[in-house]
Amino acid sequence: MFDNVWLIPLFPLIGFLINGFFGKKIKNEAVIGGIGTLMIFMSFIVSCGILMQMIGLPPEQRVFEKVLFPWIHSGNFKADMAFLVDPLSAVMIMVVTGVGSLIHLYSIGYMHGEEGFYRFFAYLNLFCMSMLLLVLGNNMLVMFIGWEGVGLCSYLLIGYYFHKKSAGDAAKKAFVMNRVGDFGFLIGLFTLYWWFGSNHNIWTINFTEIKAASHLLPYGGVVTVATLCFFVGATGKSAQIPLFTWLPDAMEGPTPVSALIHAATMVTAGVYMIGRMSFVFIKSPDTMMVVAVIGAATAIFAATIGTAQNDIKRVLAYSTVSQLGFMFLAMGVGAFWAGIFHLMTHAFFKACMFLGSGSVIHSMHHALHKGHLHDDAQDMRNMGGLRKVMPITFITFFVSTLAIAGIFPFSGFFSKDEILWKAFSNPYHGSLNIILWGTGAIAACFTAFYMFRLVFMTFFGECRINSKVKEYLHESPLTITIPLMVLGVLATFGGFLGMPKVMGALPNYLEHWLDPVFELATEYGAKYAHAGGHESHALEWGLMGLSITIAVVGIMIALTLYVKNTGAPAKFVATFPALHRAVYNKWYVDELYDFIFVNPCKAFGQFLWKGFDVVVVDGVVNGVANVVMGFSGIFRYMQSGYIYNYAFSMVLGVVVILGYYIFK
Amino acid sequence: MENLNGYLIVSAILFAIGTIGVLTRKNAIVIFMCIELMLNAVNLTFISLSRHLGHLDGQIFVIFIMTVAAAEAAVGLALMIAFYNNKESIDVEDVNLMKW
Repeated sequence: MFDNVWLIPLFPLIGFLINGFFGKKIKNEAVIGGIGTLMIFMSFIVSCGILMQMIGLPPEQRVFEKVLFPWIHSGNFKADMAFLVDPLSAVMIMVVTGVGSLIHLYSIGYMHGEEGFYRFFAYLNLFCMSMLLLVLGNNMLVMFIGWEGVGLCSYLLIGYYFHKKSAGDAAKKAFVMNRVGDFGFLIGLFTLYWWFGSNHNIWTINFTEIKAASHLLPYGGVVTVATLCFFVGATGKSAQIPLFTWLPDAMEGPTPVSALIHAATMVTAGVYMIGRMSFVFIKSPDTMMVVAVIGAATAIFAATIGTAQNDIKRVLAYSTVSQLGFMFLAMGVGAFWAGIFHLMTHAFFKACMFLGSGSVIHSMHHALHKGHLHDDAQDMRNMGGLRKVMPITFITFFVSTLAIAGIFPFSGFFSKDEILWKAFSNPYHGSLNIILWGTGAIAACFTAFYMFRLVFMTFFGECRINSKVKEYLHESPLTITIPLMVLGVLATFGGFLGMPKVMGALPNYLEHWLDPVFELATEYGAKYAHAGGHESHALEWGLMGLSITIAVVGIMIALTLYVKNTGAPAKFVATFPALHRAVYNKWYVDELYDFIFVNPCKAFGQFLWKGFDVVVVDGVVNGVANVVMGFSGIFRYMQSGYIYNYAFSMVLGVVVILGYYIFK
Repeated sequence: MENLNGYLIVSAILFAIGTIGVLTRKNAIVIFMCIELMLNAVNLTFISLSRHLGHLDGQIFVIFIMTVAAAEAAVGLALMIAFYNNKESIDVEDVNLMKW
């Protein structure tokens, strides 16, 4: 089965080619959507086969490399089109193809009747192929193709409604910010390649070979430089501070895109990349600290913004940024498996929530359309009381919200609690631990608050939509609700894969599963880890209780403000207008970036255009042309057009030449 | 051939007359005839020198020139008729399209 790993990215590629080239002619939505969904589902089946085989093998035999064909061999440089199958990539392909299949199925219903239906499925398949290349690549170059491919697909899909200016702008913003990150990724790649090559004559970008040679890497120094560059790449792709502002804008794309690309898969690429190179990252204590601090800072920063947004998808977008911050916090404190664990559970519950919000928007849009109203279908202030008309959407959404809030026994509880526990008890960051943990815990409180605010505003209370169109609200069709139900179940039970040891009801499957991938990192980390003395079970239980309490507090605040005492939020806004304005406007980060980067760039561009291009470049070109024209203006009088003038000049020429010979 | 110079002088005079005719006349047919005159002046030079040097090459050249002149006359007259059909004139002053 391992040998067939190349089929996994191939199926979506075929789907892309069929829908991309012939979709316009096929026209039938069922066929186009069916092809797209079937292709990614076949990848899912192959992935399942690989996972099954891997489970049957002893842990040390679970690494397999498949060289498809030699790709670039030039001097010392060698890069093959090759795939790496190991427990980490197995988890990733299961998430990508599994969640991907559900979202493809969902899209058939959600995108029904949209212009360019085939285009949507072609891009979606292309995205899946790129993402699978990214997670399966056995060297950095293959990974980089995937890395760029998902960025491209993200651009194409954010700009899917390209006739809307805001969508085009958002797409460009995402692409440019990703490019900044990609630049970092490349520099990191070059640094590592150059260092290994020039110091040890190991010219390689292959993960397995780097892993085998990683004992040669020093602690800090060049590794810090390389890993920080890689981390810049990760912040771009995974929307961390400072490159996070594109993700909320990316909500301009269709909702399934937000679910697949901007929640479940692409944005986790940075986390995966750090996991893949954990043995390099751990060698730099400084980078680990930066990753942890940025992760924690992003988690709380995005969570605060999420509390004041009114667009249902924007709340979820900031929630995604915040949850990605948690994953990076996990990576930064050396709890790599916990980061991957949260990546997985987040893929379940956040995809479920995005698809749920899509279901709500779908229904709202339909109702508003029927009533000939032009209210915003995504604004939560227009919603309310939807639990009665959309029971399936409500239940699945509610379950996922409990999961993200960290309520036992839903999946998010296990993964988030593991991250917080590791932030508190990891042996790497000393006194910083308590700050990391505290920040994470407060961010978790905010998470519970804004998520329940969303649920209460959307599903509880009275319907605030115009009463004329109320009866048009309805539950979504089966293609939409089936993925919701599956993801709801996963969001509920997915956490049992990584139950902490102190609970002891189940062995921690995921940690053992990922152990072979991350054990080297732990070994390297032990060099500078200080002995952690406070790892008592009582403490772990205590913190666990505390984090549930925090989540419940967040929920209670939301309950008080948005269900019981609905006048309170307005009063709060009136009391602290400046604070509300700042949060509502996302702490003015976009404005700050505009001021520091965008406007100077624009001014510089304006200068190059009006100043340099028009005056200097055009001046030189036009000047040369003018000089030539001046001369030709004089010489053109020789061209009289009269034949005897030409004849006369010929005769004159002959006379002159003859005269020269005669009289010389 | 005792008096080579005489032939050459006649030939040069004919050539000069032809040249001046080409440069000064406006009627295309007259110009055409002047060109024929120049060609025949050259022919005369060839013949004289051929006789003087006792060599046949010059005479062969003359036959070629006459052939080419005949062809040229045919083409030239055809062009003139075509031109006359367009402009109702064969005055070279009217043929001034070949300029900027």
